[in-house]
Amino acid sequence: MSVLAEKVMTRDWDKPGQNTLAGYQKNGGYQQLKKALTMQPAAITDEVKKSGLRGRGGAGFPTGLKWSFVPSLEKNTKPRYLAVNADESEPGTAKDRFILENDPHLLLEGIGITCFALGAHACYIYARGEFKYPSAVLDKAIAEAYAAGIFGKKLMGTDYELNVYQVRGAGAYICGEETALLESLEGKKGWPRLKPPFPAVVGLFGCPTVVNNVETIAALPRIIEKGSDWFMKLGTGKSGGTRLVTLSGSVNRPGTYEVAMDTSLRELIYDKAYGQGMPAGRSVKAVVPGGSSAPVLTANELDVKLEFDAFKPTNSMAGSGGVMVMDDTTCIVRCAWRVARFYAEESCGQCTPCREGQPWLSRLFRKIEEGRGELADLDTIEQVARGIAPWPPIGLGTTICALGDAGALPAQAFLTKFRKEFEDHIAQKCCPHGAAPWGFFGEFK
Amino acid sequence: MSEPLFTADEQKKFDAGLAELLSHYPPDRKLAAMLPALRLLQSLKTWLPPEGMQLVAQRLESTVEAAYEVATFYVMFHTKKPGTYVIDVCTNLACALRGAEGMLSYLEQKLATKSGENTPKYFLRETECLASCATAPCLQVNEDHHENLTKAKVDALLEKLS
Ligand SMILES: Cc1cc2nc3c(=O)[nH]c(=O)nc-3n(C[C@H](O)[C@H](O)[C@H](O)COP(=O)(O)O)c2cc1C
Ligand code: SF4
Ligand code: FES
Repeated sequence: MSVLAEKVMTRDWDKPGQNTLAGYQKNGGYQQLKKALTMQPAAITDEVKKSGLRGRGGAGFPTGLKWSFVPSLEKNTKPRYLAVNADESEPGTAKDRFILENDPHLLLEGIGITCFALGAHACYIYARGEFKYPSAVLDKAIAEAYAAGIFGKKLMGTDYELNVYQVRGAGAYICGEETALLESLEGKKGWPRLKPPFPAVVGLFGCPTVVNNVETIAALPRIIEKGSDWFMKLGTGKSGGTRLVTLSGSVNRPGTYEVAMDTSLRELIYDKAYGQGMPAGRSVKAVVPGGSSAPVLTANELDVKLEFDAFKPTNSMAGSGGVMVMDDTTCIVRCAWRVARFYAEESCGQCTPCREGQPWLSRLFRKIEEGRGELADLDTIEQVARGIAPWPPIGLGTTICALGDAGALPAQAFLTKFRKEFEDHIAQKCCPHGAAPWGFFGEFK
Repeated sequence: MSEPLFTADEQKKFDAGLAELLSHYPPDRKLAAMLPALRLLQSLKTWLPPEGMQLVAQRLESTVEAAYEVATFYVMFHTKKPGTYVIDVCTNLACALRGAEGMLSYLEQKLATKSGENTPKYFLRETECLASCATAPCLQVNEDHHENLTKAKVDALLEKLS
């Protein structure tokens, strides 16, 4: 049994007034920024390296290492920027919005610490356009911080200038991808850039830029407060800290939970503190473990821990922590279609395999779900998916950005792991789950 | 003569808003304000009329083509006038597992419209995950978010619209 030794991210969420400056300061807020400003910037980056903090946006990339790719001011005299990724649009993921809604100053304090460490004097927080309420809370927090002299010409009264702006997207999943995000911040459509060069060297306005997720940056005040050893020890393996996961779909108690890294999917679904098990009479059929870009797992794979490296043997990923549960009455073909349709809609259209392939996958899944499928379609699905992202190994796509893989690999996993369901649809010339409702699908009370 | 784009009050809001936005970027990077400027325009006019697109392009020292390229890339921008109520229903996987498909049919039936159809009163459409996966199903009416929905809650919501 894993236990959450202590709350880290959600520690103060239920304290009254926590999302106001006064409330935040009452609980010790901005003391860590004050402390960080007395440290050497390089020492902050070192602490972050030692803490084992890994990116919470999806890839789990070591944060301190990413920061160290920013060239020194002697080598590159351009201004440098921090871009905070608050696009939160990976299907299944609902965590960053709660940081913005419940503890916006925690993020802002993390931004102060990070910018000082990087030598950045401006930060843009890119929030998805649909976040009307979370963005309003954040705007208010930013205004409070300026009014209190925390941001502006004199960061916390020092001679360091820092400006923080929120920019809102306008409805495009691809703008969560870091280089598309930068394009969007520059006022353009969200077309990902070829890498290298990486944003740490050539990012926003051609300047060195670090892109980090909201949850990643919001961990900074805690690391400064309690030290890298403490943070590392909270975690598992090479991943420090705790993490926020979103549990959704067919479980008794869906929700956003802070969990220890060594919590398994099974514990998350069944534990009293989290999902509290399956609805009466239902059992787990499949779980998408890390946002819809993470290939699906079967009921036999629930013992995997929610830590980043633990997922390698499953060929899936911990991703953004969006755990979606499908029960034994759910039609997998319909799930595969829902997911494929999303990537088809959201492909930016820049690379041929992705622009043409994702809609093709979506059409094939729909054809099978509607009872018009043929066995040859199953081979076509596999071929099209392979055309976008050849496997193995995972993640070496033929496309500019990882959205290609994000659509292709789940399509392949749905098909290979639940092939019999696809074949049944084809043999019976209809969805074996009957006309609506398809399990939970369509049941709206 | 055609009607002016803005009332005097709107013009004031637009000019002040744009000046504030431009102060967020390096002086030689006016184009960067494109998304916020279009959002500002849409907040005043409910959509992006052609004269407004021209104005934004001119103020950002860009081209109308560049403005349309952005406006048509992002689903929240309306280059055609939408119905009074834009209703975005998430039908992505987590919501679908919790009845979003049923909710969409329920709305189609109650509003006597079809998903994707833009009528003067309603523009009902499917949208992608809105970060309410654990509080599904969900929808937004003119960007106001509603979650944990049931038939009763949808009924109450629609009552307020008519
Ligand atoms: C298609 C696509 C969508 C993405 N969407 C998001 C997102 O919504 N939020 C996010 O933080 N990262 C997203 N990412 C990951 C970012 O590209 C980037 O890796 C991340 O913001 C880095 O921050 P981190 O190191 O703190 O995780 C996405 C990546 C891809 C390929
Ligand atoms: S992989 Fe898809 S989303 Fe990414 S750049 Fe290519 S076409 Fe665009
Ligand atoms: S799937 Fe609907 S809000 Fe995430």
